Amino acid sequence: MKISVTVNGEKRDSDIEPRTLLVQYIRENLELTGTNVGCDTSSCGACSMHMNGEAVKSCTVLAVQADGCDITTIEGLAKGDKMHPMQEAFMQNHGLQCGYCTPGMVMAAISLLKENPNPTEEDVRIGLEGNLCRCTGYHNIVQSVLACAKAGK
Amino acid sequence: MIPAAFDYKRAGSAAEAISLVSEYGDDAKFLAGGHSLLPLMKLRLAAPGVLVDIGRLTDLSYIRDAGDHIAIGALTRHMDVEKSPVLAQHVPLLACAAGHVGDPQVRHRGTIGGSIAHADPASDLPATTLALGATYVVQGASGTREIAAKDFYKGFLESALRPDEMLTEIRVPKMHGAGWSFQKFNRRAQDWAIVGVAAWRRGSESGVGLVNMGSTPVLASSVASAIASGASVADAAQKASAEAEPQSDLNATSDYRKHLASVLVRRALDEASK
Repeated sequence: MKISVTVNGEKRDSDIEPRTLLVQYIRENLELTGTNVGCDTSSCGACSMHMNGEAVKSCTVLAVQADGCDITTIEGLAKGDKMHPMQEAFMQNHGLQCGYCTPGMVMAAISLLKENPNPTEEDVRIGLEGNLCRCTGYHNIVQSVLACAKAGK
Repeated sequence: MIPAAFDYKRAGSAAEAISLVSEYGDDAKFLAGGHSLLPLMKLRLAAPGVLVDIGRLTDLSYIRDAGDHIAIGALTRHMDVEKSPVLAQHVPLLACAAGHVGDPQVRHRGTIGGSIAHADPASDLPATTLALGATYVVQGASGTREIAAKDFYKGFLESALRPDEMLTEIRVPKMHGAGWSFQKFNRRAQDWAIVGVAAWRRGSESGVGLVNMGSTPVLASSVASAIASGASVADAAQKASAEAEPQSDLNATSDYRKHLASVLVRRALDEASK
């Protein structure tokens, strides 16, 4: 089936099988491998990306459902050499250990701040409930998101 | 995991969607947000030959004040139910329960109609709308009919919906200031409830729905009867499992679930009685 998806600002036309998952389409057809697949059961959040500006778990969305939509992946955040403020906050606050959950965490965190620009620490912890960090590095992840919110970005 | 191959049809209207499933019969399934169906398809627990995508029927995404009740379009997403000012005012229990479904990413995609039509006893919204005495509006090839929530759930993932019928609207009576509580007991924040309780109370009137306490969502009528006849919350809560036949699984035995239900019903009714 032919689909047309705007990915990181660029219109992409593809012909795919209807059963293709969004994450598979992004990683394998478009070769944007910054998004990771963790659990593949919509539990861990590693595959989070933005669909029309909101975080979704792309292992549980069909690529055909994203036809005509705007998709942003971790690759679409930086402007040239300048990182997105959330990426910068994760770097400054050591919001990652092994890094596997990081792309999903960053995408979920940006979506969270869009819906709640001034979250409390509890808001951040609840807001990131859909993203698991197996290094258990939650403390600095939460600090990173709070720092980004405080910087008002 | 990739689902088994299927044909994909995108419906432009409810009527077209119904005509498509009528054409393909049992082999077709509606796809709304896909957050119940796609996980099953990835595990090959479901393998429909045709998916009829109704996810773009935006005219079925609404929350309206309809006088004595709030009318919610079946394709309204959990996030929109959770954040609705109309529901916050008139049916706060449902808005709260919607905020407990999955996690924000799931709530951005999953829909109230999808969750109810899927009829999973472990889902939060079937039991909550059951407790609230909701009515479901379904549309089929031969017209529209209304099904009371208490008559809707027939078995595990089985509902009164006929194969060619689509759930289009959920009508939830206004709570008129009744006290309420939603209790969800789980191991991790985003998990399904091991046991969940949705409860409201206004004096001697009450409604209690149980999540994951059997093969269907459960209306705990014995608890409501006990409250109506003047029993204390603690005594009424002892009847929590009267209508339930909870299963044993990795998370809990049947007996553990029964105990948990009585504890959570007590907590919920205490909160709803304040």
